Amino acid sequence: MQYLLMIYGNEAGMQAASKEQTGQVLAAYTAYTEALQKAGVMRAAERLRPTAQATSVRVKDGKTNVLDGPYADTKEQLGGFYLIDVPDLDAALSWAARCPGASMGTMEVRPIWPMADYA
Amino acid sequence: MREDGLAARDAAEQVARRSYGKLVAYLSGRARDVAAAEDALADAFAAALADWPRNGIPQSPEAWLLAVARRRTIDAARRQRTGEQAADHLAMMHDELEAAAANASDIPDQRLALMFACAHPAIEPAIRAPLILQTVLGFDAATVASAFLVAPATMGQRLSRAKQKIARAGVPFRVPDRADLDANRAERLDAVLAAIYAAFAEGWSDPAGTETRRRNLSEEGIWLGRLVASLMPDEPEALGLLALMLHAEARRNARRDAAGDYIPLAGQDTAQWDDALIDEAEALLRRASDLAATSVGAVGRYQLEAAVQSAHAARRITGEVDWAAIEKFYDALLTLSGSPVVAINRAVAIAETQGAAAGLAALDALADDVRLAEYQPYWAARAVMLARIGDTPEAVRAYERAIGLERDPAVRRFLQQRSAALR
Repeated sequence: MQYLLMIYGNEAGMQAASKEQTGQVLAAYTAYTEALQKAGVMRAAERLRPTAQATSVRVKDGKTNVLDGPYADTKEQLGGFYLIDVPDLDAALSWAARCPGASMGTMEVRPIWPMADYA
Repeated sequence: MREDGLAARDAAEQVARRSYGKLVAYLSGRARDVAAAEDALADAFAAALADWPRNGIPQSPEAWLLAVARRRTIDAARRQRTGEQAADHLAMMHDELEAAAANASDIPDQRLALMFACAHPAIEPAIRAPLILQTVLGFDAATVASAFLVAPATMGQRLSRAKQKIARAGVPFRVPDRADLDANRAERLDAVLAAIYAAFAEGWSDPAGTETRRRNLSEEGIWLGRLVASLMPDEPEALGLLALMLHAEARRNARRDAAGDYIPLAGQDTAQWDDALIDEAEALLRRASDLAATSVGAVGRYQLEAAVQSAHAARRITGEVDWAAIEKFYDALLTLSGSPVVAINRAVAIAETQGAAAGLAALDALADDVRLAEYQPYWAARAVMLARIGDTPEAVRAYERAIGLERDPAVRRFLQQRSAALR
């Protein structure tokens, strides 16, 4: 099964971190990504730029509304994701727990909804 | 014909009891679709009630039910899926089910794995016990709902949501093994045991046994406890839980007199206790402590609670209760759980070993906990200790609180009598 591991964290805290701290976190992510690749379970992964760079769009009554900022103002923001393919939820949870993001914020684990199951 | 019908119904009920969870766990298959397995099995039982009176009860009722349910599962999947996806899925299912139906005695027993799925951390804690009762024992939503005092429609929704989560989020049917982190494994086992104990306790809260469904619930809790203890014979906590439930069950008849009045533990006639159940509980507890002695880590919650019950049960032989031992067990339980309920029981033990004033001091230490304002045993314990140190007005006031919080009319009557005796 495929799962999306979403990394939620306080981006203000991350931006206020020293260069050395940031370097440590990035090194941890590099090692984690490598471990996922070596295990042959990684399908995709990306880091997102902070919500200050987010723009939201909504079309209502034929009118397009573009708003500066993220969809929702929350204490922790979506900062990146991994898409992995593992046998079951336990395997997904144990990978999520190893992600550096788990000890700095929250990992949300969501199963992918395959098109074949839409019926 | 009528008799055949009854015999068939009996046979179906026996298989249901013995094999329901096994068949559900197996039919759920790799897709972990519990709801579909239950539907197929319900159809198979209906077919059995139509077929068995006419053609006789098959030699292996389990294999018969599995074969019918398997056809239904495949039919349902064929209707739901189309094209290539369906072909793959059906081929997979066909192979799995074919292999099992060839020899029903080979149906792997995945009930324990099913229970671990139901009590998975991804499943809301409050629905775990109902889910286990439904999937392993085949209780319908209305029965489970009335046992847990929830509206049937609400219970039905919550159960199907949980099953959906198992299927869609990929909750595995797997018993955590030694390779899992030890702490994690213990936590997972504890969730299963807690769900079983919750089922038992729901039944136990109807001590008069007037509500048959709830009374059955404690029997089912014991049945599940036996199942887990037999499938995990080396888990001290699984044995401890079964011992705890058997000790409680052994006293069921002694908790009421002929007139239906409540008799507290200390006043029970030990001749009314069920010796066979107590002996079984004691043997389990001995085995648990032998096992626990050889493994690392502290003795767990259920063993300690069973040990307390064992100390009470010893009164049938010694004529006395070993309160010093009980206080020690509650000390250990308190360190383990920090629960205010344990703290109250510990205070009761202290009142016996060190006197009522010391017991009251231990209760006073808990007074800040707002939850206790609604907890009957706290006020009842307070009332007894206050009466013992001669503070009658406060004791009567504490009895008032306890009476106002009690649900069981027999216990209410008992508290009223005690309170009246003070004046």
